[in-house]
Amino acid sequence: MHIPDGYLSPTTCAALYAGAAPFWFVAIRRLERTLHTRLVPRVSLFAAFSFVVMMFNIPLPGGTTGHAVGMALAAIVLGPAGAILAISTALIIQAFFFGDGGITAIGANCFNMAIVGSLVAFVVYRVLAGRAPLDSPRRVVAAGLAGYVAINAAALVTAIEFGLQPLFFRDASGAPLYCPYPLSVAVPAMMIGHLTIAGIAELVLTGGVVAFLQRTDPALLAATAGRGVMAPAGNSAVASGGLRPLWITLGVLLMLTPLGLLAGGAAWGEWQASDFSDPASRQVIAAVSLGQPPPATPPRGLERLSSVWTAPLRDYAPPFLRSAPVGYALSAMFGAGLVILAITGIAALLRVRQRAGTADDTVSL
Amino acid sequence: MSGNVRPRGGFAERTVNGLLEAMERAMLAETNAAGSGWLQRLDPRVKLAGLLSLVTAVAMSHRAEVIAALFGVGIAMAVASRLPLSTLLSGVSLATVAFSSALALPAIFLTPGRTVGTVPVVGWTITAQGLTTAGYLVLRVAATTTLGFLLVFSTRWAHVLKALRAFRVPIVFVVILGMTYRYILLLLEAARDMFDARRSRTVGPLTGGERRRLVTQGAGVLLAKSLHLSGEVFLAMQARGFRGEVYLLDDFVMARADWIALASCAGVALAAVWAGR
Repeated sequence: MHIPDGYLSPTTCAALYAGAAPFWFVAIRRLERTLHTRLVPRVSLFAAFSFVVMMFNIPLPGGTTGHAVGMALAAIVLGPAGAILAISTALIIQAFFFGDGGITAIGANCFNMAIVGSLVAFVVYRVLAGRAPLDSPRRVVAAGLAGYVAINAAALVTAIEFGLQPLFFRDASGAPLYCPYPLSVAVPAMMIGHLTIAGIAELVLTGGVVAFLQRTDPALLAATAGRGVMAPAGNSAVASGGLRPLWITLGVLLMLTPLGLLAGGAAWGEWQASDFSDPASRQVIAAVSLGQPPPATPPRGLERLSSVWTAPLRDYAPPFLRSAPVGYALSAMFGAGLVILAITGIAALLRVRQRAGTADDTVSL
Repeated sequence: MSGNVRPRGGFAERTVNGLLEAMERAMLAETNAAGSGWLQRLDPRVKLAGLLSLVTAVAMSHRAEVIAALFGVGIAMAVASRLPLSTLLSGVSLATVAFSSALALPAIFLTPGRTVGTVPVVGWTITAQGLTTAGYLVLRVAATTTLGFLLVFSTRWAHVLKALRAFRVPIVFVVILGMTYRYILLLLEAARDMFDARRSRTVGPLTGGERRRLVTQGAGVLLAKSLHLSGEVFLAMQARGFRGEVYLLDDFVMARADWIALASCAGVALAAVWAGR
C-alpha cells in the first residue's frame, strides 16, 4: 500500500500533503496539551515500534505470510492523535531511508494509512468494544476487526487515488502519465489483496497483541477504552468508577423485592413440616406435583431436621414489623449487607495473607 | 550483520533476515555518508533542496526521454560521489523497478489506444499508449528512487534532519524523526534477539496458531518494551534539563561549491520541466 513516486501526479501529491497537514497540526497541538514534555519520547518510541512491527512476517491461515501496518494497534494504545503522528513518522523514515513509498507520495501515504487508517480503526474499536471491561474477549474481537476495517479503508482510499489518475492526467497521445489503471481496475485489484491477505494480517496482529496486553499489561489499553470501563482486578482506580452502576442496580433491586409478594403459590420442595398436616397446603403440594398427594404425616427426617435452626427473619418477615412489603425489603437489605460484609472480610483476609507472603519472599531474597 | 547469505526458511527466519537487512542498510548508509565524494562534501540543505527539485521535475515531466535523462543525472551523481553503484542499483532501484514492472506490465495490454502488436498464442493486443504509460511508470520509479537514495547514501540522518529545519518543518517533528531513527535501530536489534532466542528454543515444526501466537506475543513484548523505554528516555531527558523546549545546533555554512551545486540542480530541474512539458 506504500505508494511509490511516479504513481500519483504532482497535483494529487500536493493535494494530499495539504489534506494531511491540518491533521498533523491538530495531532501535535493535542498531544502537546496532554503529554507536554512526554510527547517527543512517547511518539518517537511508538513510531520506532511501528516501523519494526511493519517488518514482521505474520503467518496467516493457508500457509502464506503477510505484513501489517499496525495502525489500529497505534490507535488503540495511543489514541488517534498519537497514532497519526507515530505512523506518519514511521512512514517518512521508510520513504527516506528504505525506499518503501515515494518521497513525493509521503503526504498521500500518511493520509491513507496514518490518518484514514488510524481514525477508522479508532472509531470501529470504540463502537465495537463499547463499555466492555479491559480484559473482555469482546475487546480482542473489536481490535481485530478495527485493524481489518482500517487497512481496507486505507486501501480503498489508495485505490481511488490510483483510479483517478488516468481520468485527469494523460499526455498528448492519450497515454496515462501516472497510474494507468482506472477505478474499475484499481479498486478490485487493491481490495482483493487487502480483503484477504493484508486485512487478515492486520486482524491477526491487532487482535493478538491486544489479547497479549490484556494478560500482561492491561493498563496500556486503558487510555482509549472510554470512561467508566471496568478494569481487571487490581486496577482500583478504574474499577471504582466502573462499580458505580452496579451499586445503583443493587439499590433498585432491593427496593423492588416486595414485588415477590405478588407471586402466588409456593416454591416446589420448600415445604415445612406443618404444611403436610394443613389441608390447604396439602392441596397446593398435590397441584404442583402432578396430582400426587403428599404423605399424610411429614417425613420423620424432615420433621427432626427442620427444628434444628429457627431463622430470626423467618419467611422474610421480621416479627417486629407489621407491614409485609417493608419487612421484605428490609430482609433483602439485611441479606445483601451480610453478603457484602462477608466478601469484604474474605478479601481483606486474602490481602493480609498476600502481603505476608510478599514480605516472606522479600526476606528470603 | 555480515553480508553472508542466510538460508531462506520459515516466517521467523524471514523476519530475522528482514530485520538484519534493515540494520545493514542503515549502517551502510551512514558509512557511505561519511565518505569524501562530491555529494558528501555539499551542504545538506543544498542536497535536500537540489535532489528534491530533481524528484519534482521527474514527477512533472511528460516525456519519457526527459525522465530517462534525469535518471542518468542521478547515476552520474552517484559515480561522482563514489557511491557503490552496484549496491544502489541492485539493492534499491532494481528491486523497486522490478516491483513496478510487474504493475506496469498489464498496462501494456489494458490501456486502450493504437494497436502496435499482438502477443502470439494468447492474442493480447499491445497498444502504443500502453507501452508509453508502462515506460513512464518504470522510468519515474527508477529515477525518483535513485535520487532519493542519493540523499540518504550521501548524508547522515542527523544532517538531513537539521536541513529540514531550513524548510520550516516544525522543530518538534524534526526531533521526533531523529529520536525515532535512533530507537528503530535499538528495537530492530531487540526484535532480532527475541526471534533468535525463540528460534533457538524451538524444537520441531510449529502449528499455524503457535506461529501466529509467537509473532503477536513478540509484537506485544516489543510494544510494552517501547513504551517502558519511552518513560525511561523521558526521565533521562528531564534529568538533563529538558523542559519541552527543543534546540538544534545549526552550524551549516554555505560555501561557493554549495551555491554552484544548488544552481546546477535548480537549472537542470527547470530545464527538465520545460523540456518535458
